[in-house]
Amino acid sequence: MHEHDVIVVGAGGAGLRAAIAAQEEGADVAIVSKLHPVRSHTGAAEGGINAALREGDSWEQHAYDTMKGSDYLGDAPAIETLCQDSPEEVIQLEHWGLAFSRDEDGRMSQRPFGGMSFPRTTYAGAETGHQLLHTMYEQLVKRGIQVYDEWYVTRLAVSDEEDPTERHCHGVVAYDIKSGGLDAFHARDGVILATGGPGQVFDHTTNAVANTGDGPAMAYRAGVPLEDMEFIQFHPTTLPSTGVLITEGVRGEGGILYNEDGERFMFERGYANNDGELASRDVVSRAELTEVNEGRGIEDEYVHLDMRHLGEERIIDRLENIVHLAEDFEGVDPLEQPMPVKPGQHYAMGGIETDENGETCISGLYAAGECACASVHGSNRLGGNALPELTVFGKRAGRHAAGGDLGTAEIETGKRGDWEVGEVDTPVEPGDVSAPGEDVVADGSGGTAAASGGSLSPDEYVQRALDVERERVQTLLEKEEGRQHAEIRADVQKSMTRNVNVFREEAGLKQALRDIRDAREKYQDVYVADKSSTFNTDLIQTIETRNVLDLAEAITLGALARDEFRGAHWRKENQERRDDVWLKHTMLSWEDGRPDLWYRPVVLEGENKTYEPKVRSY
Amino acid sequence: MSTQVPEQTEEESSADTESQSQSQSAAQQARMQKKRDRAAERDRQKEAEEAEKASSEDDTYLLKVFRYDPEVEGKQEPRFDEFHVPYHQGMTVLDALMYARDEYDSSLTFRHSCRQAVCGSDALFIDGRQRLGCKTQLSDLEEPVRIEPLPHQEVVKDLVVDMEHFYDQMHAVEPYFQTNDLPEGEQLQSRENREKIKMSTRCIWCGACMSSCNIAAGDNKYLGPAAINKAYRFTMDEREGEDMQEHRMEILEQEHGVWRCQTQFSCTEVCPKDIPLTEHIQELKREAVKNNLKFW
Repeated sequence: MHEHDVIVVGAGGAGLRAAIAAQEEGADVAIVSKLHPVRSHTGAAEGGINAALREGDSWEQHAYDTMKGSDYLGDAPAIETLCQDSPEEVIQLEHWGLAFSRDEDGRMSQRPFGGMSFPRTTYAGAETGHQLLHTMYEQLVKRGIQVYDEWYVTRLAVSDEEDPTERHCHGVVAYDIKSGGLDAFHARDGVILATGGPGQVFDHTTNAVANTGDGPAMAYRAGVPLEDMEFIQFHPTTLPSTGVLITEGVRGEGGILYNEDGERFMFERGYANNDGELASRDVVSRAELTEVNEGRGIEDEYVHLDMRHLGEERIIDRLENIVHLAEDFEGVDPLEQPMPVKPGQHYAMGGIETDENGETCISGLYAAGECACASVHGSNRLGGNALPELTVFGKRAGRHAAGGDLGTAEIETGKRGDWEVGEVDTPVEPGDVSAPGEDVVADGSGGTAAASGGSLSPDEYVQRALDVERERVQTLLEKEEGRQHAEIRADVQKSMTRNVNVFREEAGLKQALRDIRDAREKYQDVYVADKSSTFNTDLIQTIETRNVLDLAEAITLGALARDEFRGAHWRKENQERRDDVWLKHTMLSWEDGRPDLWYRPVVLEGENKTYEPKVRSY
Repeated sequence: MSTQVPEQTEEESSADTESQSQSQSAAQQARMQKKRDRAAERDRQKEAEEAEKASSEDDTYLLKVFRYDPEVEGKQEPRFDEFHVPYHQGMTVLDALMYARDEYDSSLTFRHSCRQAVCGSDALFIDGRQRLGCKTQLSDLEEPVRIEPLPHQEVVKDLVVDMEHFYDQMHAVEPYFQTNDLPEGEQLQSRENREKIKMSTRCIWCGACMSSCNIAAGDNKYLGPAAINKAYRFTMDEREGEDMQEHRMEILEQEHGVWRCQTQFSCTEVCPKDIPLTEHIQELKREAVKNNLKFW
């Protein structure tokens, strides 16, 4: 059994920032990650990092833009924290040597981004995430922080009180991908989940293959609620054949969207008369698909993004990476031709419910970055707000887990205080296929709450989690035939892209739930063909697939419950934002093997001001 | 794979926006008809193409993939397995490997993640050259496509190699920004200086250069092109200051540092991010000479 004060799961931007902060607070910290840190998906972020750094700008303006962008579903204490802390974080990154793009006077360049009232997106070409990831990894090396790379965390070791808000997280269980051994990690002070987005729930996504939502799925099954899962961001400019991302920076620099008739439709068709291409992502995604659906798309599939008029010099200076991506992955030279683009899954606004200090309702368990939902993005994330999120909340989670005093959180977590019961009419029973209480070891859902009488010591909880996990892996490996994960995963991904996309309707959402139910049934018969104990990716992907199923279901349940139109969530039957009913967060808790739906009100009260919901127009 | 939208939204979706205009009815109906006709035509074409594909060998690619697994009896002796993968426009080597794994043999093992040439995990030896699987079009290769693990690195299983030595060399050059002289706010850096280090910061740690380097293959202690490039990134960064530059040159001038490079350009040739690695190494050699002259 390994022992550390703080265990960080995942080594992207949030995980690295958390580890550095925990170490600065004096903790013995280790990172456990299924990828080597420099392989993390933060490296694929392109556009930039928002921070109110310049005269004429202020954190208050950044906070207002973010709240408006969220369509008034963000929590003010989290948003204000994000906007107050991000300038310091950007300066910190600069001091760590990050090679930001520079103005003539040597200061960091900033550019306009969608939904922002000031050009406050600081960037490094169109490869900001790559630079950020490597800069933070360098700091990790400098500090000698221990990394268990290619170790896949499969289970949290959580105590088993009946009420999740009384549980405590003591560590994690991880599988050593290189040797095939399972081992336990006891975290004396805290576990921080920083496992990134769940893009693999969909088949057309900008996300890496590794982004399977492991953190949210583990936390969910251990008793932490998932918040606002229906809000999936579809990025308006992804390459049609692969889903590779074309940064919003292209539009920020002046790139123009055209339909088949050469119309600049964002203006000419009145989608966003003021901001045009720089309206927020949900608005532009819907506009593009509307063009396609009304017969003005190219090849009936996509629209054109043109940046040729910016001139080669400016393109190479600020967007060079885009030229390579378009050439390598779509065979288009954007200096000569417009790029084909269409919306693709990009980001999950929802995730593991945390307060503004990164802590969940289970003490000792934290989450930060895309896997978490401190609720800074509400129903729609503005471009350039993901990178400050992962540094600001990564740092806070790290400090707090290591014992730093951040004061009392204003955002409540778990079923405490002000919450209301939810109800949703589903065509099939969601949750585990087997009856509640039955031990379904093979899929990792058994053996949590109330498995033993009386409370155990922290070490015993960790040991018990290890035993349960050993049995699960053994069961998977011993089965000689059955179904393979790839087929099950592909079925769910296809159904999600068909039914839970930019435009949503009740019948489609219900169909997705049926498809997920089918997949769960097939998963009962899943088996791992590869019996090797060396680098067994077949086994890893089989375990990941179970996580994909749980998250797909949570996303769809939330989308079915929320019968209004807000931010990225559009419902055919209800095309209006309904603040009287829906100014609240969708919460899902895993109870006795079933998702339980409930709601919590949005916190619109900030430090000095209360944000009044307004009509969102661009 | 395409993003699909439920059919019904076609009529409804305009209500979602303020895009309604008077011209909607007639013009739009004509468009919809045009669209339906085109869709029907495309469906017919697609069906015809698929039928042709099914009967034609030309539309599959033959992969010869290296297999080895110390844990599995049948695979302890290295061998090549053949996979016939159906081809589609734009298919990459990584796409083909994933297809082979998901459809034929789930034990086929390789690293991959981002699919867009930035995570650096799928550097492979493809048709005799180090390349990223995700960035290499099948159509650019000779058939059968030979896919092997990176040479000069220990094979863990199938296409997965042990990267520890590579990481150790990267860590050996103190790969982190160091300066004692930090201002309160942001540090300034000239555009020219940022431009100078820009290419060197693009390294994705894929290991292709190390694998292609004859010198690194023969001298286990040689820092190698990736690590030297990492050192270049900091040595040339004006924000670090002169003291640090000297310290960095000391690391680079050691016995197994820059002087081992024999300017064969193989690293530069295979770098998937087009980093001028050999040039960077030569520039550091020149710096080293200048550095030594100073003391005379």
